[in-house]
Amino acid sequence: MKILVCISNVPDTTTKITFTNDNTQFNTSGVQFIVNPYDEIALSRAIELCEGGKGTVTVINVGEVATEPTIRKALAIGADDAVRINAAPRDAYFTAYQIAEYAKSSDFDVILCGRESIDYNGSQVAAMIGEFLNIPSISIIKKLDFDGSTATIEREIEGGKEVISVTGKFIASCAEGTAEPKIPNMRGIMSARTKPLQVVEAKEIAQLSKVQQFETPAPRGAVKLVPAEDATKLIDLLHQEAKVI
Amino acid sequence: MSVLVYVEQVDGKFKKSVFEAVSYAKAIADKQSSNLTAISIGNVGENELKELGKYGASKVLNVSNDQLKNFVNQAYAAVIAEAAKKENADVVVLSNSFSGKGLGPRIAVKLEAGLVDGAVELPQLDGGKFLVKKTAFSGKAFAITELTSAIKVIALNPNAFGTKENVTDATIEAFNPEVKSTDLAAIVKEVIRATNKISLPDAELVVSAGRGLKGPENWGMIEELASLLGAATACSKPVSDADWRPHEEHVGQTGIAISPNLYIAIGISGAIQHLAGVSSSKVIVVINKDPEAPFFKVADYGIVGDAFEVVPKLIEALKAHKG
Repeated sequence: MKILVCISNVPDTTTKITFTNDNTQFNTSGVQFIVNPYDEIALSRAIELCEGGKGTVTVINVGEVATEPTIRKALAIGADDAVRINAAPRDAYFTAYQIAEYAKSSDFDVILCGRESIDYNGSQVAAMIGEFLNIPSISIIKKLDFDGSTATIEREIEGGKEVISVTGKFIASCAEGTAEPKIPNMRGIMSARTKPLQVVEAKEIAQLSKVQQFETPAPRGAVKLVPAEDATKLIDLLHQEAKVI
Repeated sequence: MSVLVYVEQVDGKFKKSVFEAVSYAKAIADKQSSNLTAISIGNVGENELKELGKYGASKVLNVSNDQLKNFVNQAYAAVIAEAAKKENADVVVLSNSFSGKGLGPRIAVKLEAGLVDGAVELPQLDGGKFLVKKTAFSGKAFAITELTSAIKVIALNPNAFGTKENVTDATIEAFNPEVKSTDLAAIVKEVIRATNKISLPDAELVVSAGRGLKGPENWGMIEELASLLGAATACSKPVSDADWRPHEEHVGQTGIAISPNLYIAIGISGAIQHLAGVSSSKVIVVINKDPEAPFFKVADYGIVGDAFEVVPKLIEALKAHKG
């Protein structure tokens, strides 16, 4: 089995988000970048499925040379090789198109990615790749198993889950539960340095969306403290003042 | 030109988030002086379809086809894109639900349309620009995104816009485009839905608890409080990582982001990753025994106290309040 895993280079989850240039650009100064945590889940499941010589895992990232440490981290976790599409990602449409074009030229059985990236929070790339390649796309999965060439997938829905069966090529975006994120070991880190990382130039496609400006949420007023013994007062405030119950 | 809204049904019924999407789409149609058409896929009765008129849909395309009984995003996207072409729609609206997230991007590619998911406000149409505000950085910020394509697709966050009545007599029209078998390659084997629980992304009220609860055996009082309020239950990351609660209850940066009317956080300190997922809640109540807990800084109301003493008191007070 050949699995392609899409990884995104995102700010560490503890990052305080600030902007520069009149709130038009994300301020990357001092920010630590990591493999998008959901993509790490997808990668971990891909590695599990290929363990013991059952297949190979290729990671792909659309990014400029600065994302290579993140790609090496994915190789350290256990991917066999990597591809970097050499371009700053413009929007999900651009990213999905680049990955779909690369996937067309290679013979992957399955493509996996995370449910969303934790920066722009689009959950767009997986389903867009599915559409570009005209293959099924299953978004926000919690479980993925194979029986021969048939995959059984659990997808999250409001208040429950759906069990889906797919035979043949597909793409899925993974959420928590699909796998425990793997942590690179020393051998992985050492071998990551020499694993193949191919750089491919991006293809041109129309830009359909563009972030014009960022805003940070309005600060809340000071907290109104209620004495611990006076629970009734809190209920009254929520009923009469906040009007939420 | 017209606006098309996809109305997701669950067991033949529409949820509140659907009426929110219809209200939102109607407001866009009004801004553009165009008409609103809704498209429903699956077996929905006429009375339920007529409900869409209440929020401003003047036409409802009803796709009732046994092949489309279950949600398969590939096939549904093809049908919705066909409807958009037929209705000459320049804006397509849907809910940013679990299914919507799998659907919007496929529709966007089919129509070569720019897509904004997680929209929280009506588009601003300034000087010929089409700008939509959406959540970004897991709730730590918003991004004003410009869509430059001829057709635009917008996935609206639940509980962001509200419902607005706009009574119209909706005409219902059967719509039966051909469904390609290649679009049905993913087969739905089973749908498991808890009917007695409020689903977290849809919930208007949420009671959430963290490590301060000390163990899964102590969730009884959390569930009791939630059930009295008619709220969904949620938890912090350490709690779901320790398997005290299921993953789907985990809210925060790597779990799910929610924006209920009321979020009650019990025994959660308020790490930046947790705050990211809940900061757009309209009212936040924090109960924590540590007065220095960072969560108090973003709370509207707070009680400094031990959850094991405060929660039972809250339950009593709530019972009294409800009479």
